[in-house]
Amino acid sequence: MTMQFNDETFRGDYTFRNSAAAIRRFPFPFDRDGYMYSVNIEQHPGGPAGSPFEFAFDVDEHYVAEMKDREITLADDPMRCQSLPHMELAGWDLLELIMVSKARDYPELFKLNRDGNAWHWINRPLGIDKTFTFLDPTTLPCGPMEYITRQAQGDFALLHEREGNLWLDAGMVTSQADWSLDFDVGMNFFEWHAPVPKARKMGVFDKALKFLLAVTQEQSYRRLNWTMTVNPRLDTSPENYHKWGPEKRSITPANVGAKQFLRVELQTFWRLPRSNALAFPIRCYLCNLEDIATQPKWGRRLHRVLRDIDPDLAEYKGFAVNHEVIVDYLAQFDDGAETSPGIFPD
Amino acid sequence: MSKLALKVTEIEALSPLVKRFRFEDPAGAPLPVFSGGAHITVEMPDGDTIRRNSYSLISDPHDGSGYEIAVRREDRGRGGSRYMHTRVNEGDAITVSSPANLFQLDLRARKHVLIAGGIGITPFLSQLRQLGIAQKPYELHYAARSRDEAAGLRLLPDAAHIHVHISDEGARMDLGAILDGQPLGTHVYTCGPEGLISAVADQAARLGWPKTAVHSEAFTAPPPGEPFEVVVKSSGRTVQVKADQSLLEALEAAQVEIDYSCRGGACGRCRTHVIACDGRILHNDHWLSEAERAEQKTIMPCMSRFKGARLELDL
Repeated sequence: MTMQFNDETFRGDYTFRNSAAAIRRFPFPFDRDGYMYSVNIEQHPGGPAGSPFEFAFDVDEHYVAEMKDREITLADDPMRCQSLPHMELAGWDLLELIMVSKARDYPELFKLNRDGNAWHWINRPLGIDKTFTFLDPTTLPCGPMEYITRQAQGDFALLHEREGNLWLDAGMVTSQADWSLDFDVGMNFFEWHAPVPKARKMGVFDKALKFLLAVTQEQSYRRLNWTMTVNPRLDTSPENYHKWGPEKRSITPANVGAKQFLRVELQTFWRLPRSNALAFPIRCYLCNLEDIATQPKWGRRLHRVLRDIDPDLAEYKGFAVNHEVIVDYLAQFDDGAETSPGIFPD
Repeated sequence: MSKLALKVTEIEALSPLVKRFRFEDPAGAPLPVFSGGAHITVEMPDGDTIRRNSYSLISDPHDGSGYEIAVRREDRGRGGSRYMHTRVNEGDAITVSSPANLFQLDLRARKHVLIAGGIGITPFLSQLRQLGIAQKPYELHYAARSRDEAAGLRLLPDAAHIHVHISDEGARMDLGAILDGQPLGTHVYTCGPEGLISAVADQAARLGWPKTAVHSEAFTAPPPGEPFEVVVKSSGRTVQVKADQSLLEALEAAQVEIDYSCRGGACGRCRTHVIACDGRILHNDHWLSEAERAEQKTIMPCMSRFKGARLELDL
């Protein structure tokens, strides 16, 4: 397998695109023709070959461009990466998890040689060849979490367990669906989820926290979450709302298919061995409506889901302003035929 | 729950009542590393019951070449520790869970004070290795009745910050002296008998320590008791619980599906809803609050028992 990496941007001229293969493997999040919150959790990794669920940390054609975009965001705002002092061990755990997984799952792209704590890491797509001492931060150019998450797609939160709760005490967050690490860092599970409508009342968070606290180091899990984003922008942060918020107003019936993206988060949960912290990687996938509609099942289903969605959720997910245009556009792909169960295309 | 099929590679008597066991992968593959204070659950097949006890790991958390535990023989227990002492031999196959941790160090602490009573030394043996690797300041206080009973002595380094208190030698542990004057940001951890845990908590409270800086390892093996029976709602079946079985073990033997993790009343995983209770639940766990115990609407089957006419569980 040789992987081609796209030369593309997630801001300015927005040259991001999905190849036909990338569309087919897009993690479409709806397994039925409707949507409400659920604790929709499955074991991870594991899934059809070639799907984004196959490996622990999916690497795809957007890898190199996403890492460049992260670099730009961090240069403008270093507070997107923070680690409270007690989280350094968890950072090493994360670095080990990602390096070991990538070297195992993508041997043509990544290589890790370990001799005790003397490690040699080769990342071919990013042109990195680095020897360092595991657990010795002076041998890396930055902290271990920052070092490895500058080489891994998606955002990362590291959660510290204490007092029967989880605390968001470290993270790398540059491709987020409108939340701020700088605001949330140090908060507990209920505090950082406070803005989510309805869910607290439904008891979703109590169940989710109980589940997360019981995750063991030998079994990890995943769930999918989703929202809508105008233009293929990774950095939809509150800090930069002034840059992307107004773009929501640029949607018209003529451009909605190309400019409106379904934004899917592949969230995974890992118990880290040395620190007993939880790693919470949040990988973002983008696909615009016209590409989604190339899979007839997805076009039909997305129309039904968005047509029938609770207005509070459309508001929270930030697409209420374009709701009608989106549903009108998708209606042309819905011939009323039945859809097959599950998320994969027919 | 993922399980590891291992081999017993070493058994050593640390004291007349305590043995150390070492388990390794039969093919020599590295085992998952873990965090200080973690435990594993060991399976002990015994007739129609698989007894499962959790034991703290005492080996180096960063060393995946093997797992070590120390087991004190409890002759008045359900038989788990007796099984380990009398039925397990070097070379035997043994099944254990992957490590889990309900007693982790709070790495925010400026200093860690570890207080062990008797066999309660076990979780600290891995923790002090973790603290050593991280070069964090700590002191350990280990109390035992006699030098002969202090099985942990042979596993502890001889260092100025390791304090051994042998009461037979007149060196009783003075909790006031230990806790008073510790620097701001110190966390204290206690593992041992209930009396020691509450004495440390009381002393810390008197000295104005924040509650969040006071930790303890409360879980223990389930106690035996009188036999009793429970009714399982889904099947309507009656399950007999023998004197030397826990309710959880009896349900497992009867093929009733039930979740668990620590098997010591500390993690909350086996919490079960009670549909009918004509009698008294003997709560032995550390999970339910006083109010929840009084209601008799929930039970932790890993630890708790029942005395009365009828107990029906929502399983």
